[in-house]
Amino acid sequence: MKYVNPKKPSERMRIPRQESSEQPAAERATNFTEVSQGLFEAAAMVEASRCLECAEPVCIEGCPVNIDIKSFIQLIFKEDYVGAVNKIRESNYLPAICGRVCPQESQCESVCTLGKKHPAVAIGKLERFVADYETKHNLFVPPRIEVRRDEKVAIVGSGPSGLTCAAELAKLGYNVTIFEALHAVGGVLRYGIPEFRLPRHILDLETERIKALGVTIETNFLIGRTATIDELFGEWGFSAIFLGTGAGTPTFMGIPGENLSGVYSANEFLTRVNLMGANKFPRYDTPIKIGREVAVIGGGNTAMDAVRTSKRLGAERAYLIYRRSREEMPAREEEIHHAEQEGIEFLLLTNPTRICADKNHWVEGIECQRMELGEPDESGRRKPVPLQGSEFVLPVQTVIEAIGQKPNPIIQSTTPGLSTSKRGTVVIKDGQQTSREGVFAGGDLTRGGATVILAMQDGKNAASEIHRYLSSKHNGGTTPHLIESVFSA
Amino acid sequence: MFPIIAKELLAPTLARFSIQAPYVARKSQAGNFVIIRVEETGERIPLTVVETDLKAGTITLIVQAVGKTTNHLLTKMAGEALVDVVGPLGNPTPIEYHGSVACIGGGVGTAELLPIARALKSRGNAVYTVIGARSKDLIILEPEMAEFSDGMFITTDDGSYRRKGFVTDQLKDLLDAPIGIGAVYAIGPLPMMKAVAALTRKYGVKTIVSLNTIMVDGTGMCGGCRVTVDKQMKFACVDGPEFDAHTVDFDELIMRNRTYVDMEKAALHPCKEKTMELHEAMMYEIR
Repeated sequence: MKYVNPKKPSERMRIPRQESSEQPAAERATNFTEVSQGLFEAAAMVEASRCLECAEPVCIEGCPVNIDIKSFIQLIFKEDYVGAVNKIRESNYLPAICGRVCPQESQCESVCTLGKKHPAVAIGKLERFVADYETKHNLFVPPRIEVRRDEKVAIVGSGPSGLTCAAELAKLGYNVTIFEALHAVGGVLRYGIPEFRLPRHILDLETERIKALGVTIETNFLIGRTATIDELFGEWGFSAIFLGTGAGTPTFMGIPGENLSGVYSANEFLTRVNLMGANKFPRYDTPIKIGREVAVIGGGNTAMDAVRTSKRLGAERAYLIYRRSREEMPAREEEIHHAEQEGIEFLLLTNPTRICADKNHWVEGIECQRMELGEPDESGRRKPVPLQGSEFVLPVQTVIEAIGQKPNPIIQSTTPGLSTSKRGTVVIKDGQQTSREGVFAGGDLTRGGATVILAMQDGKNAASEIHRYLSSKHNGGTTPHLIESVFSA
Repeated sequence: MFPIIAKELLAPTLARFSIQAPYVARKSQAGNFVIIRVEETGERIPLTVVETDLKAGTITLIVQAVGKTTNHLLTKMAGEALVDVVGPLGNPTPIEYHGSVACIGGGVGTAELLPIARALKSRGNAVYTVIGARSKDLIILEPEMAEFSDGMFITTDDGSYRRKGFVTDQLKDLLDAPIGIGAVYAIGPLPMMKAVAALTRKYGVKTIVSLNTIMVDGTGMCGGCRVTVDKQMKFACVDGPEFDAHTVDFDELIMRNRTYVDMEKAALHPCKEKTMELHEAMMYEIR
C-alpha cells in the first residue's frame, strides 16, 4: 500500500500536535468571522502522521456516533481526503459541523492512546480539514441510495438530531420530510451557535447535502399548530415520526427586574443576531440593544456564545457571572479560553440577586452576592452558598440570562398519549421510542439540554430503530425496489 | 413564498391583504395569529388572522402602517408575495356563552376583534360592539361588525365621526345600561386596554384582552413577549395572547414595549415616506 506511515510509534510521539491558525483575539472580538481558520493541508498531513493506528482504536468508542476515526486518519495520510470525508460520512452526515462544534476533548480525543503521555491527535481539526477540503474543491457527491422504500417518515425539527435522522433514513431509501417551525433550517445550529463558531455558509451547505439525498424540508411549519402528530399519521400519510424539537424554551432565574428593558434570554439575544441579523441593523430590520456594559449570567456554552457576541456588538465591558468556580463551568474549555482571550471579564462565585432599574424602566445595574463552595450537591459539584453581607451592584445596561433551556411544550400538549417528565422532556424507552407507537424522539427534547453530537447520536439511533420498526410492521411486506426500477417506472 | 392574492386599501395607512397560506387557513381559529416576514432581510412580526377562506386556501390580514415592516408591507401589491408566513400561533379564543358581551376595538385592534366577535355571536351571545379610533379615517370594519352586532357604537378622539370621546365612555354606558353585560373583550392599544380593565374591574365584569408584545419567533422560544400576569411570568405567544385583563401588569408591558422605539423610528423614516406617497396616489385614483 502506498504512503504507509513509515515512522515508529516512538517517532510519532515526538511530533508536536499541530494547531490551526486563529484570528488574533483583539481583531476577532470586533467581527463575526470564524475564530479558528482550520488546519492547512501540510499541517493536517503532519497531524495525521501522529496517529498511532492502535490495533483497538478506543477513539472510535469515544465518539458518540462511532466514526471510524482510525481509517479516516489513515486516508488523510494517503492524501485521499475525499475518501476520508466519505468514511466519516458513513457514520456522521455532518462532518463540517462536528469538526467545529463537537467537544472532542471530552470524547474521542480524551481516550486517544497518544493522549496518555502527549497531546492527543487533533481528531476534530482533522475532521474539519477534510470536510472543508471537500467543499473548497467542490468534490461532494451524494452517497448512492441503493433502494427506495414507499413509507413516508416525518422529522419534526431541523436541528442536529433531526438532520441526522433525516440523512440516515434517506440513505436507507425512505421518503423523508423535515418540518421546521422557523423560516431557516438548522435549529440551534442556526439560532443558537454564532457565526464565529459555525459560519452560516457551512450550515447552508450541509443543509443542501441533506436535500441532495432527496429529503424535503418544509420551513414555516409548526407541528402541533400547522398540523398535529395525529394528522401527520392520518391525512398526511406518514408511517413514523421522529421528534427532535430540542430545548428551545428559555428559563429565567426568577429574580426581581427580569422584565425590564435591556434584559434578554440568551435565546432571544442570540436569535436576534444569528437568525435575524440584528448585528447588521438597519440593513436588516431586527433591532438589538447593547449596553456599554453587559452582564451574561451562566457558565455553559450558550453563556460563552452570548458574552462573546455582546463584545462583538460593541460592549466595552462584557462580564460573565457564574455562581460556581471556573472548574465547574459546563462550557467547553476551548470556548472559555477563547472568551478569556477576547477580554471577557469573569465574575466567578458570584450570584445575581436583583436587576436594578433606572427611571425609564431600563436596566442600570445588577445586584450580586459572592458565593463560596460548600458540600457537593446532587450533581456531584460543590454547592455554592452565599456569603452574608457580600452584596454589590455592578453597573450594566444589558443583562442576558443563559441559565438553561427546557423543551418547548407545543407538541407535548397537542399529542394525546405522549408521556413527558416533570422537567417537560419527552420520555423514551430503549431505541428512542416514545409512549406513542411510531413516534420516536431524541436530542435535547429527551435529554433536556446536551450537545450537538449527542443529539446526532440520538438521531442516528432513532433512524435505525425507525427502520427496524417499519420493517417489522410490514413484516417485510413492502419490498424495497432497486432504484433503477423507480426510474424506469 | 406566500403570494398576495388580493389587496384592498381601507385608508391611506391601512390595508386588507388576502394571502395564500392553505395550511394556516385550514387550522386557524378566532384569536390565532401568524408571524410573517416581508423579505429576506426583514423582521418577524405577529399579525392576527382576521378571516380564512378554506376553499381558496387564503387568510386575511389587516395591516396598519406603524413601523418599518408594516409600512413596507403596505407597499406590496397583489401578485407579489411574502417570504414567510407561519401559524396559526397562540391559543384560540375560548368562545363561551355569557348572555351579552361587549366587544371593544381600538384602531387596528378592531381587525383582531372581528373574528372573535363574530364567533361570540354564533355562540348565541348578544354582541355589543364599540369601535374607537383617533379620527374618522381610522375607523375600520364598521359594516362588517354592524352585520352581526346587536348594538354598534363608534367613538373618535377628535369627534370627527359619531361620538366624541373614548371607547371607555361608551363602555361605561353599556355597563350602566340594563343589558347585563356578562363579559368584555377588548383589543387595541395598551393604554386603551388598561383603561378598559380599570373600568370593568369596578363593575366586576370578566374582561379578556389580547396582548401585542415584542415578539421574535412567536413559538415560545425567545421569551421576548414575557408579561407579568397574576404576578407570574407568562409568554404572550404560547400562554396567550389573551389574558384576564384584571391580572395583567399593563404598566410594565407599556414600558417594555418601548424598548426599541428609537431604533424603530430611525429605521422607519425613509420607508414611511415611500408608503405614504404610493398610497396617497392610490387613494386619489380610488376617489
